[in-house]
Amino acid sequence: MKSIITLILALVIASPLAAQPKGSVHIKNATVITITGETLENTDVLVQNGLIARIGKNLATPRGVESVDATGKFLLPGIIDAHSHLALASLNEATSPVTAEVRMTDAVNAYDIGIYRALAGGVTISHAMHGSANVIGGQGATLKHHYGETAENLLMRNAPRTIKFALGENPTRVHGQGNGVHPRTRMGVEQVIRETFDAAKDYKRRRAANPTRVAKDERLEVIADILDGKILVHCHSYRADEILMLMRVFNDYGIKNYTMQHANEAFKVAPELAKNGVHTSIFADWWAYKFEVYYSTAYNAAILNKYGVINSINSDSDELIRHLNHEAAKAVRYGGVSELDALKMITINPAIQLGVANRVGSIEVGKEADLALWSKHPLSIYAIAERTWVDGVKRFDIETDQTDMRLRVNPAAKFESSMISESGRHADSCMEGVLDFFTFEAMEHSHE
Amino acid sequence: MNKRFFILILLCAAWVTSASAQITEKPAFGKFALINATIHTVSDGVIQNGVVLINGERIEFVGNNVKPTADYTVVDLTGKHIWPGMIDAGTSLGLIEISAVPVTVDNAEVGNFNPNMRAFTAINPNSAAIAVNRVEGVTSVIAEPASGFISGTATLIDLFGYSPDTMAVKADAAMVMNWPASGRRGWFDQRTDEQVKEQFETQLKEMRDTWSKAKFYHEMMTAFETSPIGKTRPDKDQQMEGMRNVFRGTLPVMVRVDREGDIREALKWVAANPDVKFIFTSVAEGWRVADEIAAANVPVIVGPVLRLPSRDYDHYLRPYQNAGLLHKAGVLVALRTGQTENVRNLPFQAGYSATYGMPYDEAVKAVTLNPAKIFGVDDRLGSITKGKMANLVVTNGDLLETMTQVEMVFIRGRNLPLSSRQEQLYRQFIDRDATN
Repeated sequence: MKSIITLILALVIASPLAAQPKGSVHIKNATVITITGETLENTDVLVQNGLIARIGKNLATPRGVESVDATGKFLLPGIIDAHSHLALASLNEATSPVTAEVRMTDAVNAYDIGIYRALAGGVTISHAMHGSANVIGGQGATLKHHYGETAENLLMRNAPRTIKFALGENPTRVHGQGNGVHPRTRMGVEQVIRETFDAAKDYKRRRAANPTRVAKDERLEVIADILDGKILVHCHSYRADEILMLMRVFNDYGIKNYTMQHANEAFKVAPELAKNGVHTSIFADWWAYKFEVYYSTAYNAAILNKYGVINSINSDSDELIRHLNHEAAKAVRYGGVSELDALKMITINPAIQLGVANRVGSIEVGKEADLALWSKHPLSIYAIAERTWVDGVKRFDIETDQTDMRLRVNPAAKFESSMISESGRHADSCMEGVLDFFTFEAMEHSHE
Repeated sequence: MNKRFFILILLCAAWVTSASAQITEKPAFGKFALINATIHTVSDGVIQNGVVLINGERIEFVGNNVKPTADYTVVDLTGKHIWPGMIDAGTSLGLIEISAVPVTVDNAEVGNFNPNMRAFTAINPNSAAIAVNRVEGVTSVIAEPASGFISGTATLIDLFGYSPDTMAVKADAAMVMNWPASGRRGWFDQRTDEQVKEQFETQLKEMRDTWSKAKFYHEMMTAFETSPIGKTRPDKDQQMEGMRNVFRGTLPVMVRVDREGDIREALKWVAANPDVKFIFTSVAEGWRVADEIAAANVPVIVGPVLRLPSRDYDHYLRPYQNAGLLHKAGVLVALRTGQTENVRNLPFQAGYSATYGMPYDEAVKAVTLNPAKIFGVDDRLGSITKGKMANLVVTNGDLLETMTQVEMVFIRGRNLPLSSRQEQLYRQFIDRDATN
């Protein structure tokens, strides 16, 4: 009986998943920035059935495959954003300091125009994360930007599971200050994690000993999977002290392969991060929008890079995700990171952090054909993304795109309705006297 | 010991001391000859292998073929570029230290009608963000108040000085007016359509009424001042007093307005007040109304350029094209970041504008000469011109390119140390003792 249910479940889950689209294309005569190898001049890349089949000069175009003249242009792997909230219908299950059971895969909005805008910035994969209201938030979704497909087809096949943790001001404000429960301090944050880990270990032991008497607890199942190394932790953090705290706790519980997200003060503990093999995923230059990022520096990437920490540059923003190439270039400006290392921070390094570096993040034979063609070197401010492919399927083409690229138009929406947004983190919050300060702040900042 | 060698050692010791304690390093001031540079004058083209002489606070000479006398500190800038210091025409720099900590936020006074509030008063010359941003080439900013529909006066300051008084280029540069918004303010704005409409109409009415009262007050006061005999002096009202320079036409009104419909309404307001000078700022949908703005001869401050399209059905490039489309229509365009701590991203607002249609020289002007013109200080700022203030930036490449590095910054002739808290943290931690 159990095996039949498993089979049915496998069919239900696997059959739509198997339909993720794949395409073929022959990109001719580009400067190919492979990332993991040499940058190749006047080189062709042949994509067949979603995979990079050949890299070389003057390749023959197979019959029926579209060819693209890329003379004078730069081919870069699709940019990967390790911290995004793009295409999510909801963000924060802010009802408990621990909500490991919720999944962002349940909140994917495949119609979000932001996906198309990200493609137009050469971004092919984003890590759709839970917000940072909870110490242990929900599980993330690694999305391939197959704009035009169903939500199921945005989910990257067989990508490792991920989960959001959050330290510092956000969980202490939402739960300690807001609801009067643990944690109100950074001391409390540590104990919430330790208590939850211990509870999961006890639960697992009790349930293994007596599976019919101990009811299933999805939250603790997920925590147990973290402890078993089955889920990659991405931890929202800013200050050096809380980064050290998490490393101590994770060492105690044997958790490896995790990424400190934001990590504005990671530069202060770069040797410790390197020694523990902990990754970082940071903003290029955001700071000062809250107290815990006041002692930040735009040289963070340069220092982490010098100490050999695997670092990525992320967006955490539907706006910033449009120009992650520009954000990466700031690592060159501030501290002189090499151009190749800066590009790694938006390609192979985030791929490592999402556990998919064997499949994406560089241009190598056998890898998935997530690619973007740029008019100039992609770190230049004058570079324009002209075409973007996901699994060999062209999802963006500057030549043929239309003004209105929405997939679905809500008939009730007012034609004139517009939403004025600003980039950066000073936001308009200070102007909004009409909104309750706490509520507004929590909404505005709880996903950073 | 050779005396000259001894002096050299002393100088080296002094240099080492200053390098390890740059927080106390003072700017150098006097006479500078910047030679062999590519000079981007902005007003008069590009000069190759040129010389800029700085004498005190001002630019003394720009050109070729001059031999500086021995009293000039000569700086060989072979392979380097000199640009006018950039001016960000819309920021909260100096008014906000940490936006999420309310006690450090001084840009938004209570109330809807605050013409007597002055950003100048609340400028903190020692804000950590000031040095962080000026070392990236932004030498002057408009710092603007933000609340209500009349927020108070924005101030134009240089990003160096020990007091607002010495920093001020124009203590009161413009009266800030927030046009009531007919749409939502962002994803967090949860009001219903009816609430949005109702609040918009209430605000618009309140704004019109208050404006009329202020105008009446000005006319009444002016009548009394012109011939006080036989008249009773009206009671003085600080708020109403704040508006008088607006009606005199000596203080421009900087209208923050974004939506197409709101811009059209604001243009009617402009037409109805011919004696008042107007500037539009932010103007996210300015490109939709570019010809009308040009016809009304209203200068605009666009930005941030790096923002999302305001409508889901808009082309993804519109925000990047906005400044260029307005320029093409004949509008005088400056740029703004709308930022506090990251005003340093101003050149990239210009870079994206240049990539997406604005002529390169115009994009540079939009962060130098054009804001100076809009605020009436182009006799002092905005270009590398003899007699202007020596607000200059030296770079190793294109000013608008992300990877370019700033190598020298002069503000009012002071050669400022390129020191800031972010740079200090870098020096403190790049070679950290990993065992302690």
